[in-house]
Amino acid sequence: MSEQHHIISYGKLISVWLGLLFLTALTVWVSRLDIGVGHVWGSLAIASVKAGLVITFFMHMRYEGRLLRWLLFFALAVLAIFIGFTFFDVLYR
Amino acid sequence: MGSADQPETVASSFWNDTGRSGITSWIFSTDHKRIGLLYFYTVLSFFLIAVSLGVLLRIELMAPGRTIMGPQTYNAMFTVHGVVMIFLFIIPGFPGAFGNLIMPIQIGAQDVSFPRLNLFSWWLYIFGAAIIITSLFTGGGPPDTGWTFYVPFSERTTTNVSLAVFGVFVVGFSSILTGVNFVTTIHRLRAQGMTWGRLPLFVWSIYATAWVQILATPILGITLALIIAERLLGTGLFDPARGGDPLMYQHLFWIYSHPAVYIMILPAMGVISDVIPVFSRKPIFGYKMIAFSSLAIAAAGSLVWGHHMFTSGMSDTAILVFSFLTFVVAIPSAIKVFNWVSTLYRGSISLEAPMLFALSFLLLFSIGGLTGLILGAAATDIHVHDTQFVVGHFHYVIFGGAGFAFFSAMHYWLPKFYGRRYAEKPAVVAWALMFIGFNITYFSMMVLGMKGMPRRYYDYLPEFTALNLTSTIGSWILVSGLILMLVNLFRGLLKGEPVGDNPWGGATLEWSIPSPPPTENFVEEPVVTHGPYDFSGSGIP
Repeated sequence: MSEQHHIISYGKLISVWLGLLFLTALTVWVSRLDIGVGHVWGSLAIASVKAGLVITFFMHMRYEGRLLRWLLFFALAVLAIFIGFTFFDVLYR
Repeated sequence: MGSADQPETVASSFWNDTGRSGITSWIFSTDHKRIGLLYFYTVLSFFLIAVSLGVLLRIELMAPGRTIMGPQTYNAMFTVHGVVMIFLFIIPGFPGAFGNLIMPIQIGAQDVSFPRLNLFSWWLYIFGAAIIITSLFTGGGPPDTGWTFYVPFSERTTTNVSLAVFGVFVVGFSSILTGVNFVTTIHRLRAQGMTWGRLPLFVWSIYATAWVQILATPILGITLALIIAERLLGTGLFDPARGGDPLMYQHLFWIYSHPAVYIMILPAMGVISDVIPVFSRKPIFGYKMIAFSSLAIAAAGSLVWGHHMFTSGMSDTAILVFSFLTFVVAIPSAIKVFNWVSTLYRGSISLEAPMLFALSFLLLFSIGGLTGLILGAAATDIHVHDTQFVVGHFHYVIFGGAGFAFFSAMHYWLPKFYGRRYAEKPAVVAWALMFIGFNITYFSMMVLGMKGMPRRYYDYLPEFTALNLTSTIGSWILVSGLILMLVNLFRGLLKGEPVGDNPWGGATLEWSIPSPPPTENFVEEPVVTHGPYDFSGSGIP
């Protein structure tokens, strides 16, 4: 884990924030499209990108060491598997 | 557990070498052994409360119609029995009590990696338990949903579900922090020479359990938070009338609560893996496969939650997938059982109390596991789902498995911490009573389920009377054995014969230090030169 306290510039933080706002608007727009089950995949994809931005920049994961990144990846992978397995039910019900 | 309970011990053991006195030397102690004993006595107290409720439930079911309580009391009582047994006894029981007491010593460490976090975990557990108990006597009274808090009933009942659920939420945090502490400890604090291939199998099982605690418990937390949101804010997440999905609750609940079964049973398997070789006077058979199967059970067992939902209206595809995976979990479980039996083969078996409980585990857990396959196969599950068969099966796994392993661990390890031991003959009588009473109680339930008696029903048809009466009588035998066991054990721990450092002839590190252990466990930092089941030179006759 990095011991140094990394400071991110205001410009970068505001860019990420604007990006998150844009993706929120995109989520609303996708929900109004007539694409059937594509809603679910679209919303999940956008939500994943948003979570990725928050973790990478706001939570400083981009500046952390490899161990912490792997641990986070492992936890997220497990969560993805859990959610993924519910789709054996939701998609085929 | 004040100083009155303190046994007469050697001068510099963890009992008297603390720098604090009275109750504060316990509730603010960061010594893993003291925290382990705090957990032990609190989980044991909750166990006894829940046992009492269980006995009352059995008395109610002794005859058709009202016997000693009304239907609403019955509903509340089986809910509280389940919540207390699951969330306050058996989930925190093994990691909190024996994980804390034994694991750091077995890896050659002075303590866990984060001793203060360890104490904080116990306090969180106590706060959560206090909230759960408060929920029984405030608001609309004790929850009546069953320990699973299924929607839509848990959203609508006027009983005090929100507070009870919040208590479980807090207890969940305690579990996560214990998991983080143990994973870090096992990675970072192993003594010199304590390679992964030399870890005692109890440590391997605690390690696998800790990962389940870390990865699965947060999902319980969010699920319970969603129930509170449904009740207080009316979010409609699980309400079909508002676009919600009640089945989603069941998915979320069981994503945690099935792996939680492995939090209960994996450390129990670790205890058995340590006890059987010692009392067979023989190295464990298939060390690597037992260690690997703990991880395999933790991984595969996390993906089988859907088998609780076969009759809930889930898709056929999901039923197929979850049924298949359920059968996959049977493989590592069977690997363990075959390895334990192979360890016994041609061993010089010594039938003392820890071993009798361990051997009972083998039989009862196997019955519980195999009846689990009846529930894991979709076709047969539809016949017995939500019947007394499920109750019988579950108690075979959790009481006959984890519970008997807990009793085995109590007889095997507690003398190490008290420096004194129980009397053998009453312990064997107690074991016999419990084993007989257990089988009468729960086998009757499985037969009742096969005949069609539903679970959680207050009343039943006359044709179920004889088996219900049999089951109730079994519960009395079981409890009489339990009382004898506890009286004999604690009398022995306080006033029994002194034990030496290694009364059983074990080869793991806890048997190389004095009984009771010094505050920091080892006078000199140990250097490990042999495996945990290498009995050459351990003083076995």
